[in-house]
Amino acid sequence: MEATTLDAKIPSGPIERKWDTCRFEMKLVNPANRRKHSIIVVGSGLAGAAGAASLGQQGYHVDCFSYHDTPRRAHSIAAQGGINAAKNYRNDGDSIYRLFYDTVKGGDFRSREANVYRLAQLSVNIIDQCVAQGVPFAREYGGLLDTRSFGGVQVSRTFYARGQTGQQLLLGAYQALEEQIAAGSVQMHARSEMLDVVVVDGKARGIVTRDLVTGAIECHVADVVVLATGGYSNVFNLSTNAKASNCTAIWRAYRRGAYFANPCFTQIHPTCIPLTSEHQSKLTLMSESLRNDGRVWVPKRKDDRRPPNEIPEDERDYYLERRYPSFGNLVPRDIASRAAKEICDEGGGVGPSGQGVYLDFRDAIQRMGPEAVREKYGNLFEIYEKITGEDAYRVPMRIYPAPHYTMGGLWVDYHLMSNVPGLFVAGEANFSDHGANRLGASALMQGLADGYFIIPATVPSYLASNPLPALDASHPAFQSVRDDVDQRVARLLGINGTRSADSYLRQLGKIVWDDCGMTRSEASIRHALGEITKLHEEFWRDLRVLGTGEELNQSLEKAGRVADFFELAELLCMDALHRRESCGGHFRTESQTSEGEALRDDAHFSYCAAWEYKGGDGAAPALHKEPLVFEYVHLAQRSYK
Amino acid sequence: MNLHLRIWRQLKSTAPGEFRDYQVKNIAPDLSFLEMLDALNEDLSAQGEPPVAFEHDCREGICGSCGFLINGVAHGGQRGTTVCQLSMRFFKDGDRLILEPWRAAAFPVIRDLVVDRSAFDRIVQAGGFISAPTGSAPDANAILVPKEAADTSFDAAACIGCGACVAACPNAAAMLFTAAKLTHLNQLPQGQPQRDHRSLSMVAAMSREGFGSCTNHGECEAVCPKEIPLEFIGDMNRDLIRASWRRRREPLPVPSAESPSNRGS
Repeated sequence: MEATTLDAKIPSGPIERKWDTCRFEMKLVNPANRRKHSIIVVGSGLAGAAGAASLGQQGYHVDCFSYHDTPRRAHSIAAQGGINAAKNYRNDGDSIYRLFYDTVKGGDFRSREANVYRLAQLSVNIIDQCVAQGVPFAREYGGLLDTRSFGGVQVSRTFYARGQTGQQLLLGAYQALEEQIAAGSVQMHARSEMLDVVVVDGKARGIVTRDLVTGAIECHVADVVVLATGGYSNVFNLSTNAKASNCTAIWRAYRRGAYFANPCFTQIHPTCIPLTSEHQSKLTLMSESLRNDGRVWVPKRKDDRRPPNEIPEDERDYYLERRYPSFGNLVPRDIASRAAKEICDEGGGVGPSGQGVYLDFRDAIQRMGPEAVREKYGNLFEIYEKITGEDAYRVPMRIYPAPHYTMGGLWVDYHLMSNVPGLFVAGEANFSDHGANRLGASALMQGLADGYFIIPATVPSYLASNPLPALDASHPAFQSVRDDVDQRVARLLGINGTRSADSYLRQLGKIVWDDCGMTRSEASIRHALGEITKLHEEFWRDLRVLGTGEELNQSLEKAGRVADFFELAELLCMDALHRRESCGGHFRTESQTSEGEALRDDAHFSYCAAWEYKGGDGAAPALHKEPLVFEYVHLAQRSYK
Repeated sequence: MNLHLRIWRQLKSTAPGEFRDYQVKNIAPDLSFLEMLDALNEDLSAQGEPPVAFEHDCREGICGSCGFLINGVAHGGQRGTTVCQLSMRFFKDGDRLILEPWRAAAFPVIRDLVVDRSAFDRIVQAGGFISAPTGSAPDANAILVPKEAADTSFDAAACIGCGACVAACPNAAAMLFTAAKLTHLNQLPQGQPQRDHRSLSMVAAMSREGFGSCTNHGECEAVCPKEIPLEFIGDMNRDLIRASWRRRREPLPVPSAESPSNRGS
């Protein structure tokens, strides 16, 4: 593997001025010329819908694609807790610089300083934008916005709409998008799945899609392609992601030359409802905001099987408060997750499987009264009761960590453009802002910053500085990619084996979770790679997809996505293998402090690892490095004690 | 537990459909209803019969993708619950369950239990937004919203657009959906400038899409997985009368793709 160094095109000057400098230096497109440019946006979640709506408002012709029946169902809708903004409305010492600092530190120094600073700057405008759109954030009696705090920070900067913040923010962006659809500036292509990217003369010029109802394979030409297709946590099968969330769009782009950065950086969220049955299809997240008032504990005695309410105070181990006195239950997600796993691995876990810890509201209910708790967290308690049949007002919730968000994704420069000119990547689909660990309430922030403010500035600059020849779908490049897509669909349908795509994903997910999940070692990763290769071969030999390609065929959709998850899983493991350090939620057993905390190796791994596809059939991908320089937040061992 | 399922099978909108009978065995009570269908689909697939198509995504009751009738009740009859959150604990061993898609002229069947709900998007396109072009917003706290208004607005905005209200209504009306959208935006200070236009236009769009009218059965409220209250329909009717009265001297605006009134450039 030969390493080359990537240029992220970070503007010069002090960090506070970089985005202003960049915006001034970028070229503009005259309003009368904008309608001559066409832009494809794939995905209509927070980043995609916000980006498509904002570009439509500017006067560009936008085509937006979603595999859902309507943009309002994108997985952003499931985010619960809130969105950060450095407004300092609480007068508790918050500032853009502090949000920037918390995010770089929280990401365990594996994110890009300039991007994170811009994210913190834009957070302020995001709240303004959403409020103007009518997003019903929580209010105080005086009519001002309410806030709460989240893991990894000591200020109250998280704005929320009860436990449904993601839904409300997405509805804001969706409504802005529908307004543009009505106005004719955005054309929405619902129930369309992007299956490939078309690169002409080195530039992204379009995509190939499958109409999920008719099966028609279609070519779409544009001047620019923006991928806002979310994350790939479903490579673990059991995750908090929606069932359809997948890696196909970014994986196809990777196979067409876009670099895939830090694929092993996947976030494990500490507060999910534990698994109860092997037939379970997904894991449900309980918002991190619960840790504001809920206290995490396990019985001190490992074999203590008494009901939790019968265990006296002095026989409970509030292990987060004990180990991390200054942050307590609000330590960042990676720390809380690993602490729970350690307790359970040592046999201290609770619940039928032993894979759980208590999240107890007893003290909060006594302090605030049940009504105040209901007001703040009511819907989360309802979700919990529906799934477990237990009333968390009476007995503590049980929680366990689960895969939730992926910090890896396609590599992008400061303009959110991949190394393929004209191919932009926004939101969770790119790698840029969260480093090795995402702090709470910052995913919504990144999706909207990218969608409302960054893409609508950088895409026009690309259009203004890159004259593009006119093209149509008869161009040989389009026909060739279209043929590839046709063949791939035919191949999946033609195997005619015995096993469903779902059954393969269940098995693949377990391998990746067990051997390359929260804790991993050289041996476990090598074991995973061997198992994945064997299973991958079997998949292409013994898959069964019934029906045809010319109809709504959900088995075919799943099979295509699982095929890409196999390849991604291999790259994820290779990336994890080469990163011989513990970082964020990625605990390499070979790299730990004497107290058992994650130990980074800045001398050797202070870079983003971007992988280049070198062809199939076992050709190893090439590693490119983007060195990460920390000028403002100085590299230090994270401490939340 | 073991169950007898009778499921509507239909290959596409233009093909005839029929009910078919299936048995599922050894279902754990911890599973969700959709996980039970996953198990059925694994069996069907193994037997060479195409799996039952049904929509689902988040499986957390928030995306609004899922939904069908179980024994004639949208989402299956547990109050405030989408079918993806419906636990098999809710059923008994030996139960006979009939599964059929939402039935409404405005929601054509696409396949099996999947219907086309894009009419809802077109109702939103008619005015279900507050025009706030990106970058033009004042400081968030410059707009004071009384807590009661914010809370009511939120209660209405909790609608997930699943279509259960339409499926449950004997008239296949989309009143609860449209009322929820209107109450969400019409409550807020930011929503006032477009309030009259929004009310008139969205109600007109609802009729255009072929939804029926409300005759106060209240079935929509009974099945709504987000428990959106019927009183929002009253709010909508008041808003409609108010808007009609205030605009009685102006012709009704009919939005169309040909009149890009909101174009930013």
